[in-house]
Amino acid sequence: MTMWPSADESQALQLSLSVALRSVLFSLPVALSVAWLLTRRRFLGRTLLDAFVHLPLVLPPVMVGYVLLLLLGSRGPIGGWLQNEFGIHLIFTRNGAAVATAVMSFPLMVRAMRLSLETVERGLEEAARTLGAGAIDRFATITLPLMLPGLLAGAVTAFSAALGEFGAVITFVSNIPGETRTLPLALYTALQTPGGEPAAARLALMSFGLGMGGLLLSEWFARRVRRLLGR
Amino acid sequence: MFSVAVKKRRGAFELDAQFESPTPGVVALFGRSGSGKSTLVHIVAGLLDADAGRIVLDDRLILDTGTDVNEPAERRRIGVVFQDSRLFPHLSVAGNLNYGRKRAAPPFFVTLDAVADLLGIGALMGRRTHQLSGGERQRVAIGRALLSQPRLLLLDEPLASIDASRRGELLPYLESLRDELAIPMAYVSHDFDEVLRLATHLVLMDRGRTIAQGDLSAMSLHPELRAIIGAEAVGAIIEGTVLGMDAASCLMRIRVGQGEIRVESISAAAGSKLRVQLLARDLIVATSAPRDLSVRNVLEGIVCQVAGDSGGSDLITIDIGGAFIMARVTHAATRELALTPGKRAWALVKSVSLRGHVGGSLHAGA
Repeated sequence: MTMWPSADESQALQLSLSVALRSVLFSLPVALSVAWLLTRRRFLGRTLLDAFVHLPLVLPPVMVGYVLLLLLGSRGPIGGWLQNEFGIHLIFTRNGAAVATAVMSFPLMVRAMRLSLETVERGLEEAARTLGAGAIDRFATITLPLMLPGLLAGAVTAFSAALGEFGAVITFVSNIPGETRTLPLALYTALQTPGGEPAAARLALMSFGLGMGGLLLSEWFARRVRRLLGR
Repeated sequence: MFSVAVKKRRGAFELDAQFESPTPGVVALFGRSGSGKSTLVHIVAGLLDADAGRIVLDDRLILDTGTDVNEPAERRRIGVVFQDSRLFPHLSVAGNLNYGRKRAAPPFFVTLDAVADLLGIGALMGRRTHQLSGGERQRVAIGRALLSQPRLLLLDEPLASIDASRRGELLPYLESLRDELAIPMAYVSHDFDEVLRLATHLVLMDRGRTIAQGDLSAMSLHPELRAIIGAEAVGAIIEGTVLGMDAASCLMRIRVGQGEIRVESISAAAGSKLRVQLLARDLIVATSAPRDLSVRNVLEGIVCQVAGDSGGSDLITIDIGGAFIMARVTHAATRELALTPGKRAWALVKSVSLRGHVGGSLHAGA
């Protein structure tokens, strides 16, 4: 057995990284807004929103993929609109895979951001206010920099989780080599193929390395920023 | 003129505060913990909404719930120094100072160099905020507030989070703020020593209400103040003018009212004005000119009020010509000396405390 990955396998790796990166970019601004709403605002249905955000953690991923298929598929209410108005295709594409992983890792991201937003002292924002900073100014210059460690830790965790998403992806965008066949899908395919064990082992090793690297990177980064803030 | 009248209900606590103080000058909001001082500061700063009220600073209407005027905090231009300094941990000292400076609007009355000089923080510029001591943090916080070019500076117990032994180091900085920048200040404290060093005007607060107010000299003899600081700390705070050094005794001569007292040599130029505190318990009253005594400081005047205090003594207020002092004597002494208003009296001063420069005026209308 050779340790060197085949062209198909490195393609799966590249695709996984690309999908995970897109997924984080999609969910980051949304997660930030939702985290801010849940931490800073008291409104009707807040508990409901909180529960809804956490749904992907408890639902079968295949079901999430199925719901996405219904909503974002070519004939779905949102998917159809996106296709007709903007020419955006999500189904059977890597962007679709990114959306599926974004939804699945969304609770992790929101959770990390909420935790870090709660550590930002409101008193500092008040101080900025008395110094002449308006709402957006305050958020950009005080709140965001202070929650950066948590924000980045959340992003890295979500990225790592996105690399491993299987059920929602295969249900929503299928298993197309070079377009939606990410590492876990390639691993599954290899296991289904006679004599595919060496490939499966290599793919498993890659997944392991990526996950471990991501977690270590996130920890290292959080420490660095904490030291910068003197905590 | 800085005038405030606000109402606010927060659960069981009700704030109903009203005061007016001359500008520039330092108005001290003084009272026990929980008397509503901090709530009042938050309302004036705009960080808390009043249920009803009106705030006017000089010619500027800041809040008037009657006509729906309510300037947002970020446009009030009221600098706040918080008890816990609230420096931004992700910025350096220079970054903190510049935060307010960049967002300031004219008129600019103080520069970065002047602030660094005044507060002695020039050498700290490159430091991270967590490397600062408590006193340094507060100096940076004061500088940051000043550089936002505020029209009013609110100081909310700025010394409370500093070690008691080091508080004295910060007071001179606050004094020079008062004396060198003519910025109106409101100083919140529950420590009377700070108040009598800094304040020119005093507002007493108790359970959410402003119970008495006036210039510092008048307030120093006020019964409500007595109730808060206790009989031992009661005493007149008056303005003294340095006359010069007495060559023979090497004592500094200071004029108070129409009289004169001499104190151990201090460095003060002739003509400068000092805060003189004469504690009621340190005065002895005589009804004839005293002779053959070791006490050298004697002030002559007319008794103008005799009031009993809770501890079985009487407080005798004596007009020494343009200023009032207060002595504490026993009921028996009051009877035997027949101390009644109008009677001529001499007060023997056992000890004098000097509380820094006057900084403005301690007497209304002066």
